[in-house]
Amino acid sequence: MTLTKVEIVESVHNQIGLPKNKSTEIVETLIEIIKSTLASGEDVLISNFGKFCVKEKRERKGRNPATGDDLMLEPRKVVTFRCSGKLRDRVNGE
Amino acid sequence: MNRSDLINSLKDKVALSRKDAGKVVDTFFDALKETLSKSDRVEIRGFGSFSVKNYKPYVGRNPKTGEKINVTSKKLPFFKVGKELKEMVDKS
Repeated sequence: MTLTKVEIVESVHNQIGLPKNKSTEIVETLIEIIKSTLASGEDVLISNFGKFCVKEKRERKGRNPATGDDLMLEPRKVVTFRCSGKLRDRVNGE
Repeated sequence: MNRSDLINSLKDKVALSRKDAGKVVDTFFDALKETLSKSDRVEIRGFGSFSVKNYKPYVGRNPKTGEKINVTSKKLPFFKVGKELKEMVDKS
């Protein structure tokens, strides 16, 4: 089963005993904080889970796969995730 | 930003005690860990999705010594950035 925000809100509601609408607001705020931190270029490190890093990609040559035309890809910023050793072990059932 | 900075920032924004803000952050990441350890998917709109990818075993080499090493099959969590976050990060 896919985990979505609904299930996370449910867990927060059960754990803290706050009303559902307040729990939703809190979970959404938490996600917004992580997003705006990454948008400001700062990495987010969560011990035992992993880290979200902002990487700067340089300009490079690319190709339009449909037409085969050469084109220049602009420099850009991307988010990468690297999982922690503990999470990796858990996923592998160790 | 680390876990503790995240808790402090959340606490200030939603008027929670530091203890409860800590519980929220832990509950959030525990739910993700729990799901991924069952190889299930996580999907958070606007943020991204996590899935577990299976990697086949292969013969690798120690780059220093050139020695052959058998790498066993493994699973790794994979994060795909959501559209909204992707655009937010690139624009800044």
